[in-house]
Amino acid sequence: MTTTSDPVGDTGTAVWLHGVVAGTATPARLPGIAGTPVRAVAAAGLVAVVSDAPLSEYGEAALRRNLEDLAWLERAARAHHAVVDALSRSGAVVPARLATVHRDDDRVARVLVERHDELAGTLARLDGRAEWGVKGYVVPGATPRVEEPDGGGGAGAAYLRRRRAQLTAREEGQRVAADGAAAVHAALAGYAVAARRHAPQDRRLSGAPTAMVLNGAYLVDRDRWDGFAGLARELAEGHPELRLELTGPWPPYSFVAEPEAEPAWA
Amino acid sequence: MGVTALAPSSADDPLAYRSVALVDLLDRVLATGVVITGDITLAIADIDLVRISLRALIASVGALAPPDPEAAP
Repeated sequence: MTTTSDPVGDTGTAVWLHGVVAGTATPARLPGIAGTPVRAVAAAGLVAVVSDAPLSEYGEAALRRNLEDLAWLERAARAHHAVVDALSRSGAVVPARLATVHRDDDRVARVLVERHDELAGTLARLDGRAEWGVKGYVVPGATPRVEEPDGGGGAGAAYLRRRRAQLTAREEGQRVAADGAAAVHAALAGYAVAARRHAPQDRRLSGAPTAMVLNGAYLVDRDRWDGFAGLARELAEGHPELRLELTGPWPPYSFVAEPEAEPAWA
Repeated sequence: MGVTALAPSSADDPLAYRSVALVDLLDRVLATGVVITGDITLAIADIDLVRISLRALIASVGALAPPDPEAAP
């Protein structure tokens, strides 16, 4: 490695971490982040699955620039996910967050040694489980309409009453949807091993016609996947104020951190 | 209302695999627990990766996004 003394330079090659698997696992010959096949870095009974990342594209300065570029970000996210997803099919994997880049294999091996207990514990916790996503969108008009009051006064007073009624109806609709989302999340969380709520996606990003009120992730035992999907269908029927969307199985991205470390969204 | 099921990791259906929404993927690959911080990404940890990428995403939908004076370089 020529990069140790020049971590922010743009020559040489760094090491992109895809994820950590148990020491007995051997990663298949998959293309890594920059197209070259993934490699195994073994230490302390664990295997880090990595791939070469040229510093010209994955060094500090380049990453700062590239993470702002949607086309680059999408390609990187999909390339990273393809490896993590393939690993998750053959056993437990601790997925690395996107853009976890080390200077060389030795640094990666040192992390495996230093963080052995935590990583081994996480692998044990995730074994035989996968993540499912359930998103809930507001269904407009699914809540009872607020009756427009009949009263005296001029056109101005009538307008104000009407406007107030519309605002009340909208607030009521949002409250009903939020309550529904909380109930759906509680039911799904009760069935799952672990659960967390991501921040709802902005409508400009989700492309959905109505607001998202639930963006949940659920860690579910493999033999309970069908039951989980069935529960989601039941909840969708019982909550006409929401449109639910189920995705999965995902590698357990949302459950790498210990539950205590979860944000206040949960 | 119905449940729309997708199978982003279905090995036997590459079409379904490709249908993974970028925004769902970024929710997961960026916003989730960080167990390991890399040497190089440690240096840019002061910048929230999620914020960076959301800015990129919002910029990509251009005209819909109101200009953000805070985001000016």
